[in-house]
Amino acid sequence: MSIATPVAPTTKTDQLLHFDDVAMTFPNGTTALSGVSLTVNRGEFVTVVGPSGCGKSTLLRIASGLTPATEGVTQVDTTRIGYVFQDATLLPWRDVQSNVELLAELNGIPKKQRAATAKDAIDLVGLSGFEKHLPKTLSGGMKMRTSLARSLTLDPELFLFDEPFGALDEITRERLNDELIKLFTEQQFAGLFITHSVSEAVYLSTRVIVMSGRPGKIVDEFPVEFPFPRDPEIRFTAEFAELCGKVSHALREGHS
Amino acid sequence: MTTTPPAPPKTRTIMRPATVRKSTNPAATWGPPVAVFVGFLLVWYAVSYLILDEKRRFLVPPPHEVLAAFFDPKVFGEIMLALSRTTFVALIGLAIAIVIGVGWAVAMSQAKWVERSLYPYAVVLQCIPILALVPLIGFWFGFDYPARIIVCVMIALFPMVSNTLFGLQSVDRGQRELFQLQRAGRWTVLTKLEFPAALPAIFAGMRISAGLAVVGAIVGDFFFRRGDPGLGSLLSTYTSRLQSAELFAAIIVAALLGVVIFAIFGWIGKRVVGRWYDFSAN
Ligand SMILES: Nc1ncnc2c1ncn2[C@@H]1O[C@H](COP(=O)(O)OP(=O)(O)O)[C@@H](O)[C@H]1O
Ligand SMILES: [Mg+2]
Repeated sequence: MSIATPVAPTTKTDQLLHFDDVAMTFPNGTTALSGVSLTVNRGEFVTVVGPSGCGKSTLLRIASGLTPATEGVTQVDTTRIGYVFQDATLLPWRDVQSNVELLAELNGIPKKQRAATAKDAIDLVGLSGFEKHLPKTLSGGMKMRTSLARSLTLDPELFLFDEPFGALDEITRERLNDELIKLFTEQQFAGLFITHSVSEAVYLSTRVIVMSGRPGKIVDEFPVEFPFPRDPEIRFTAEFAELCGKVSHALREGHS
Repeated sequence: MTTTPPAPPKTRTIMRPATVRKSTNPAATWGPPVAVFVGFLLVWYAVSYLILDEKRRFLVPPPHEVLAAFFDPKVFGEIMLALSRTTFVALIGLAIAIVIGVGWAVAMSQAKWVERSLYPYAVVLQCIPILALVPLIGFWFGFDYPARIIVCVMIALFPMVSNTLFGLQSVDRGQRELFQLQRAGRWTVLTKLEFPAALPAIFAGMRISAGLAVVGAIVGDFFFRRGDPGLGSLLSTYTSRLQSAELFAAIIVAALLGVVIFAIFGWIGKRVVGRWYDFSAN
């Protein structure tokens, strides 16, 4: 599936998402992104860090097709796209099971089949036993797990995350990071993950992209070589600290 | 390590936390309103006996005379029959107001141009003094039940329209986008997202409209004074005959009808959406 014109031919089968010189200027004149080129391949987990308001969410919205870019080419080579918002965006009148079934339901999957898919996804995020719970009875972390499970039912090849754990406490966030890494290694999706946290970016990803302040441009890029599944202890190593330092430095440079 | 300071998490108040005030002590629950009621009766007696002399006491007959009038078999029968007719008109009028109001709001929520074309008329409906139209409605539709129901619908309609529209439009943007990402059609978005999300607002509107429907059912009848007498005719008759104890009894029954219908719709709302929506927050 290709969003926006002109459509570029797919060159590499491993490529799932490709931005070529993408820019976004809103009707009110705000330029949120300019000259962004980025490719996300299968097996990659790319995180994007950047100052608030630099266009990170806009980038994801363009990738998902919610907002077409005003310039450049955006190519998405799959229809199975998962999208996790900063808010869990659960429907408060539906219980966990029914919330997780929602996307399959909207895609016309028969009841039996989607119930089974949802059950698997709920197991995968560690929420079994909570199927009948309403969102208002769940903690922030559990809501986010439900939201993750809901996207997992699409069996996404490309998974977009917009600061999903930004509102959670540190401990919950770290636990969910580990579970996300587990999902990533098991489910083999390509990830594009937005975060404010440099250490979260380094811990999760195969590559960290640093963006400048608005209009957002890519100012630096750091491959992360730690093997998967990641050992939580790497957070305390010197290499980890050094990489975080480099990313932070690039962020500051890009900001000024 | 210096990073840009993390932005404060976007808090979105969907519902304020419920202030749980369930006291188990019945004295604490019922004490204050009962005390107010007793105080009210005392003031009532004071007005009847201390302020008004005997000749003018009919202006505010003391409570026990009202009670006596109410339990006079003839008056009781009259009031109860009138009550049943007024209740009938109010419920039919309310049902119609709900259907038209929700339909109107759904139509407006589907396109901005529909909203722009139709919303002014909802406001006009709210602003024109319906009382001025009542005689006209009588001319056009006769002076019996249909006309009473029409008056009732006109008075009860606006809160249904405005609340439903507000509910449909207050759907969270993220939730909308969730549906949009799956290319959900309009009908799906309406039935699976907008309408359920609007239910709390719809029920809040229903409660207001329920109270207004009682007013509407009484007003039409009060002016027409034709056909089977409802509470409106009865109030009108008692007034013209200066039967003040009976008049007070009828007024109290009318007030109670309003309160009961209001309470019933509050209860239905709680039953339907209270499971996931916290009404006590507003
Ligand atoms: N629909 C819109 N119309 C106008 N400006 C917008 C719109 N959406 C976002 N913006 C602006 O674009 C910039 C980037 O927004 P966003 O992508 O949400 O930033 P980030 O996610 O990096 O914090 C911000 O300055 C924001 O105010
Ligand atoms: Mg954002």
